[in-house]
Amino acid sequence: MTKSTDSPVIDPFEAALGVHADKGRSPWEDAWHRLLKNRAAVYSAFIMGTIILLVLLGPLVVSWESDFTDWDFTSSPPSFSSGHWLGTDAVGRDILVRTLEGGRISLLVGLVATLVSLIIGVGYGAIAGYFGGTADRIMMRIVDIIYALPFLFFVILLMMVFERNIVLIFVAIGAVNWLDMARIVRGQTLSIKNMEFVEAARSCGVAPWGIIQRHIIPNLMGVVIVYVTLTIPQIILVESFLSFLGLGVQEPMSSWGALVSDGAQDMESAPWTLIVPAVFLTVTLYCFNYIGDGLRDALDPKDRL
Amino acid sequence: MPGAVFWGQLMNDRVLRVQDLAVHFKVREGLLFNSKTYTLKAVNGVSFELNAGETLGIVGESGCGKSTLARAILGLIKPTRGRVLWLGEDLGKLDEEALRKRREDLQIVFQDPLAALNPRMTVRDIIAEPLWTFYPRIARVQVDERVRGMMKMVGLLPNQINRYPHEFSGGQCQRIGIARALVLNPKLVVCDEPVSALDVSIQAQIINLLKDLQKKLNLSLVFIAHDLSVVKHISDRVMVLYLGRAMEISSRSALYKRPLHPYTSALIKAVPVPDPKLARIASDTGLTGDMPSPLDPPLGCVFHSRCPYVVKRCELEVPALRRMENGDWVACHCAEELDLTIGKAPT
Repeated sequence: MTKSTDSPVIDPFEAALGVHADKGRSPWEDAWHRLLKNRAAVYSAFIMGTIILLVLLGPLVVSWESDFTDWDFTSSPPSFSSGHWLGTDAVGRDILVRTLEGGRISLLVGLVATLVSLIIGVGYGAIAGYFGGTADRIMMRIVDIIYALPFLFFVILLMMVFERNIVLIFVAIGAVNWLDMARIVRGQTLSIKNMEFVEAARSCGVAPWGIIQRHIIPNLMGVVIVYVTLTIPQIILVESFLSFLGLGVQEPMSSWGALVSDGAQDMESAPWTLIVPAVFLTVTLYCFNYIGDGLRDALDPKDRL
Repeated sequence: MPGAVFWGQLMNDRVLRVQDLAVHFKVREGLLFNSKTYTLKAVNGVSFELNAGETLGIVGESGCGKSTLARAILGLIKPTRGRVLWLGEDLGKLDEEALRKRREDLQIVFQDPLAALNPRMTVRDIIAEPLWTFYPRIARVQVDERVRGMMKMVGLLPNQINRYPHEFSGGQCQRIGIARALVLNPKLVVCDEPVSALDVSIQAQIINLLKDLQKKLNLSLVFIAHDLSVVKHISDRVMVLYLGRAMEISSRSALYKRPLHPYTSALIKAVPVPDPKLARIASDTGLTGDMPSPLDPPLGCVFHSRCPYVVKRCELEVPALRRMENGDWVACHCAEELDLTIGKAPT
């Protein structure tokens, strides 16, 4: 190169492209650009964003309270004249408000439990994988033991010991879900820790904690993020399942799972009580799955066909 | 640096002594009950010394223990036997923390330039990582200045400091790797096949860069390659490794003119000649077969199964690495009798 070394643009080709030599493009940015090209993922993200906004702001706008029982309109079908746009349930509660408020619980459970499993799982898996040997063996056997506990039994046990409350659901789901995360992260760590850049860091005298933080975790985040987007819908489903069995949230609070369960009982006389929450639930699950797929393709372009 | 005076006194002294270094790995084969444990002797009793500012080339076929030796010298792998003395201090006796401190002086350049760089870090963070590790309180501006200086020194444009490894070519990545290795002003750099993954034209650039930097910074280099012609350009002395043992340690001029060990001579003959006429005349290496498995090395001299000059004694007795009259070292029973001068027809 004949140009002076400090010129901001290094060659005419890059100048023509409008690329600045000073600014690098990180693998994250590359993945972001690939993700934006995936239509299913972008639409899903848009719909998901709309649902989240609706769930957060909707109950403030709609004039009904979620626990208000309108005795004049029990089990009334969707209509604008009554003011219950999506109908009411058997005791005259507005389905729209209940679905939106139930969505808050469902999404919150999904996000919080996933976050818990993310933090515990990544930390645990990375430590077990990086240190290896006896530490790894003991830590992963503990995971196996917890894994062997039947989930429902575990939840019922928790219900017996503590009162039934929403925090318990977070704890129960989080306590089981980090196990998968820990296994995935450990597997990734095992492969990353033998790569040359980790050895380079070791030969530079970087302490184990620094290596895990700077070299291992950033390089396994791709896999983890994909797993997270697929875990959120899974947890929402698990919560629905618990609610369906009557082990989930308690009245007057609600969740999509609980609403679907209630709606299923009157689905012959008042199908809207089932359809409305079920549509919200399935659309959310689809969106998360498409976003997850899109992220996997974007973060790991080698696997794409 | 405060150690400069001390360093000056050591200039013409041995900085690195490797004594009878061995690295053995346990290998298990088979399932559960009928599994057997084998010992893989990757490096088996290697000794050498290195002066300040000197380059030792290490050559050998794949699987002869070159990379393992490199890692054992730097204490990245615990040796099974033997000692590595750095400035008279046994690295194997140091605890983890003390060894980490010594790493300021001992650095490594890797074979695969892209794999050796964390894809999620910018060039700035990659080159600065050793600095942050050893001087956590250093100001960011100073680090930046140092990183830019290093980039200039290894022939990279300093304004590319915010770029990521995947935006560079193989040769440029290797320059980043070299900059990272040199940022702490080390005294010894072990280069583990630094040019094997590069194009021939880039190989020359990187070798010349290493030579320049060595002169400028008075580095000691251990330069590993599987190719004698690469080593020829940079080494003062060359060690030939076969199945984890040193076959010969000779000064460069002597080695390429009159190798002492039959294996060295075979390696020299195996260097491709870029002229079809000469290549046809060039004699065959005289070697048959492949290198035996390091799981089951031959008894006696490890090379006897392939040596064209083998005698009875070779199968029984392991030849010691001994000093010849000219000061070079060889591990061959017949070194005195053999005349392996290059260009002469084998007798």
